Amino acid sequence: MSTFKVVHYINQFYAGVGGEEHADYKPELRDGPVGPGAAFTAAFGDKAKIIKTIVCGDSYFNENPDEAKKTLIDMIRDCGADLFIAGPAFNAGRYGVACGTICAAVSEQLGIPVLTGMFEENPGAEMFKDKLHIIATGSSATGMRTAVPKMAALGLKLAAGESVGASIEEGYLPGGARVNFFEKERGSKRAVDMLLKKLAGAPFVTEYPMPDFDRVAPNPAVLDITKATVALVTSGGIVPKGNPDRIESSSASRYGEYDITGVNDLTAETYETAHGGYDPVYANQDADRVLPVDIMRAFEKEGKIGKLYNKFYTTVGNGTSTKSSKHFAKEFAKKLKDDNVQVVILTST
Amino acid sequence: MVKEIERAGIPVVHICTVTPISMTVGANRIVPAVAIPHPLGNPALSADEEKALRRKILTTALEAACTEVDGQTIFEVK
Amino acid sequence: MKLEVGYIQIRDIQFGETPMVKDGTLYVNAGELEALVLEDEYLAAVSFDIARPGESVRISPVKDVIEPRAKVEGSGDIFPGVISKVDTVGSGKTHVLRGAAVVTVGKIVGFQEGIIDMTGLGAQYTPFSKTVNLVANFTPKDGLSAHEYEAAARKAGLKIAYALGKLGVDMRPDDTKVYEFESLVEGLKKYPDLPRVGYVQMLQSQGLLHDTYVYGVDMKQSITTMLSPTEIMDGAIISGNCVSACDKNTTYHHQNNPVIEDLFSEHGKTLNFTAMIITNENVYLADKIRSSDWTAKLVDQLDLDGVIISQEGFGNPDTDLIMNCKKTEATGTKTVIITNEYAGRDGTSQSLADADPSADALVTGGNSNQVVTLPKLDKVIGTLEYTEKIAGGFAGNTDAQGSITVEIQAITGATNELGFNLLSAR
Repeated sequence: MSTFKVVHYINQFYAGVGGEEHADYKPELRDGPVGPGAAFTAAFGDKAKIIKTIVCGDSYFNENPDEAKKTLIDMIRDCGADLFIAGPAFNAGRYGVACGTICAAVSEQLGIPVLTGMFEENPGAEMFKDKLHIIATGSSATGMRTAVPKMAALGLKLAAGESVGASIEEGYLPGGARVNFFEKERGSKRAVDMLLKKLAGAPFVTEYPMPDFDRVAPNPAVLDITKATVALVTSGGIVPKGNPDRIESSSASRYGEYDITGVNDLTAETYETAHGGYDPVYANQDADRVLPVDIMRAFEKEGKIGKLYNKFYTTVGNGTSTKSSKHFAKEFAKKLKDDNVQVVILTST
Repeated sequence: MVKEIERAGIPVVHICTVTPISMTVGANRIVPAVAIPHPLGNPALSADEEKALRRKILTTALEAACTEVDGQTIFEVK
Repeated sequence: MKLEVGYIQIRDIQFGETPMVKDGTLYVNAGELEALVLEDEYLAAVSFDIARPGESVRISPVKDVIEPRAKVEGSGDIFPGVISKVDTVGSGKTHVLRGAAVVTVGKIVGFQEGIIDMTGLGAQYTPFSKTVNLVANFTPKDGLSAHEYEAAARKAGLKIAYALGKLGVDMRPDDTKVYEFESLVEGLKKYPDLPRVGYVQMLQSQGLLHDTYVYGVDMKQSITTMLSPTEIMDGAIISGNCVSACDKNTTYHHQNNPVIEDLFSEHGKTLNFTAMIITNENVYLADKIRSSDWTAKLVDQLDLDGVIISQEGFGNPDTDLIMNCKKTEATGTKTVIITNEYAGRDGTSQSLADADPSADALVTGGNSNQVVTLPKLDKVIGTLEYTEKIAGGFAGNTDAQGSITVEIQAITGATNELGFNLLSAR
């Protein structure tokens, strides 16, 4: 039996280059396994081997997707790989999007089987789960131990061109093709069990989630912006210096509401970011780069808007579950509505 | 977040760098931003140039708020 | 209503002079059965064959599958209003020749008749690869209309099963189960603390080859109604339909409805099985609205805490299913639905024709569009003439070696929506 050749994509953090301050790291091709590649090597045994590892900064990839894709495809093309693996990215949003994007490109342009892994709430999962096999992982790197064996097992199947089982058997995120398989209990028994759970208010898992209808129709445009109250909201974690409410840098459990009456400019002395998912240097130097109070005040003075709402709402998007952010927004959106805010500008990093 | 604000009945303009994510999360009025660590700025520019850039993005955002849309729409910054 | 069901285990079927059950073998006299079938003026000929699990046999095109049962004690008789006179069944004692089945085949009526393989890949997808089957192969008289032929074949199959069932009347069953279905008040007094659960069974009723009969009544002419689940075990509901073979409920499925079975096994323990509701799937929107309104009304008036709704068929019945689900959920009744999927051969299309957020608890019998290649088998009972035409087949689907490529849609019972099988999808 021949040994499959694998190319592995990881970000600057897992390559040991550094954290957010190095997120603009340009693509680099290295020989053999790097970082999590060691765990894959162990899981593959003699069945597959990581011949090359590509390291790329998350910000670099997301800010220059076309250029990054082109560079990476060129790197991968000549490797003669039987399988391309990216990540796992867990709940790192930009890393997940990068993994998904490059896997899709490799599959489409090079026809090599691809595989990645991430947490179900990673935005990359929503974007690519109908196009790729994405092994479901935990939300943080502590899930590496359980993620790697699943990825290795499915990866070997893909490389060998074997048929892939249902998501529940292989551990990938459902959302793409429906695959038949044999359950342990017959359907009627599963229905009775599901009903008993539903009656008891206990959690149950439907076998076919209804297609996502969760689209909100756009509200009508603002009639006269020069008279409207405009509010600023951000998921970029801008907070008064010192983070008085101790909003978590990742997987935030709360949001902040801060008064900006009389504040015309956010400065390095007064505001900072609590967000742990991007390089904070630029936001800490001048938080207006994330939450543009300065220009909004200018617009207010110039009569371009009616007025800037006297509070802003802020949270950290990093790793925060969609359920939590939904809950936060529901709460403050009501306050905004009650205070007759007519437009919200929401900034994300 | 963006959907909940829209659901509450307030038109919301989402300024963000990775617009495909914004599409996925269901924003209706989307304005592309500069870069992830500085969506509304660019440290490579002079202070004045940076402010002009920010003003341009926000002007686009205000225009987006004043524009009727049928579905998800990306408003490119001119 | 209380019904004691005695199961007589059948391990083989043989042709013989004297019809009887002896040591687990069912002996049938083909000549006598032929005479019985040919009482019907519409049928010109019938031949019989036996197909056993594991044999290299393919049966096609399959119309219905029926289990031989007989009434031993209690009012009425098996298949009331169709084979026996109208009288309420469902109480007393019933004997079942378990493990045996009558399978009817013959010149195709519509496009939606199925395949049963007794071995190989195809056998994994049909429950009737595990029963010993007496196959009746009908030849209709010339010049019959499709309706006449369908009705003749349907009745002939039931008559054969009825005759075989009678052979078990005086036997001592190998196994006995008692099903007790209390009246509303009795049930409430007996199990005051258990959630009151109903079963809504949707019956295909879209016209020729899509009909279902209840005590002989064509279900499309009925509004949503109720009966005791034990009546169904005595053949109160029979299949006259050929929806795609994979999600057609054969008469055998009705006699052995797994939802009823599994609700009974929890009855008095974790739930109180309170109501059995049957509704139809008609072709007019007004009918769909009316029938689903009545489903919800009954569920509401009975004050049920939860219901399971099972579908039959696909496409526009998905709308009936969703209407039923939406309306029962709206009464505050926790609802679980059982259906199957048509997600395309690659599995990427939307699985159902209709959908609603209230359908948040769904059990699936799998994707009917999954393609399988069934190897050539040594013997064919019936004919393979129609394998291109039946639903799930396609032009040129037989290769030089004689293997047939079909969607599992063409396999009898493959993605059953009563939850009869282990097959599912994710």
